[in-house]
Amino acid sequence: MADLTCKELVELVTDYLESALSRRDRKRFEQHIDGCTNCTEYVAQFRETIRLTGTLREQDVPKEAADELVALFATWKRDSL
Amino acid sequence: MRIAQRSRHRDESALIASLRAGDERAFRQLVEEYTPGMRRLALTFVRTPALADEVVQEAWLGLLKGLDRFEGRSSLKTWIYTIVANIARTRAVREARSVPLSSLAPQDADDDEPAVDPDRFVGDGHWARPIEPWRQVLDAEARSVIDAAIAKLPPHQAQVIELRDIEGWSSEEVRNVLDLSETNQRVLLHRARSKVRAALEEYLRDDG
Repeated sequence: MADLTCKELVELVTDYLESALSRRDRKRFEQHIDGCTNCTEYVAQFRETIRLTGTLREQDVPKEAADELVALFATWKRDSL
Repeated sequence: MRIAQRSRHRDESALIASLRAGDERAFRQLVEEYTPGMRRLALTFVRTPALADEVVQEAWLGLLKGLDRFEGRSSLKTWIYTIVANIARTRAVREARSVPLSSLAPQDADDDEPAVDPDRFVGDGHWARPIEPWRQVLDAEARSVIDAAIAKLPPHQAQVIELRDIEGWSSEEVRNVLDLSETNQRVLLHRARSKVRAALEEYLRDDG
């Protein structure tokens, strides 16, 4: 079974993280990482990218926008009675 | 049925009953929970904030109109986001008719762009130069880099990364709302993440 190259590994990171690799490929992936500091760093950066992207989740709705939608809701309710 | 799903059903049936009864507080809560993500998703289709706001408002109206017929086969969340996607898609098509064809993003899943610039590797597939560790960065600083990188992604990639990595959805939820195959979803996600990583690398290296 041929070893993975670094160039091949970078294409498989999401498959790896999603547990979408075959058992054989998963093993090849992990074996490569074990012996390659650059790819270890690459995968760490990939994970950090995912974590940082998650911090973009917004939770605030401008009050006027929410008020406007609630007003729409009230109108809808009145009209549908 | 799994326990989480069963409790989701119970909570959602109660919520839907409140909405049908005209409970404004329940509606406001729903608006606050979903509007930011709906707007971000809409923006990946229509690309102007004003249009995205219209899409979101239209989607809420669509939800109200459909409320009496909603049977809870999907979650409320995936239902409302599906409405957003459908409305935004229609709008994007309409919008596209008035812009030059060349400015339309390519259909992103079919291309074969590499995750990392091929010049970064030598002939045998090893890294040509060591990967530099990133300097420390504040989350807020990184966010603006990521936001800019996502804005440049082809629409399908942007849609998938929005829902998977920003909203934190499962791949199954994303596939349902965006109507993608499992493989396709994963390919789009990988391209999107790879480009965002590259943008962060660029920023965290140059500015170091």
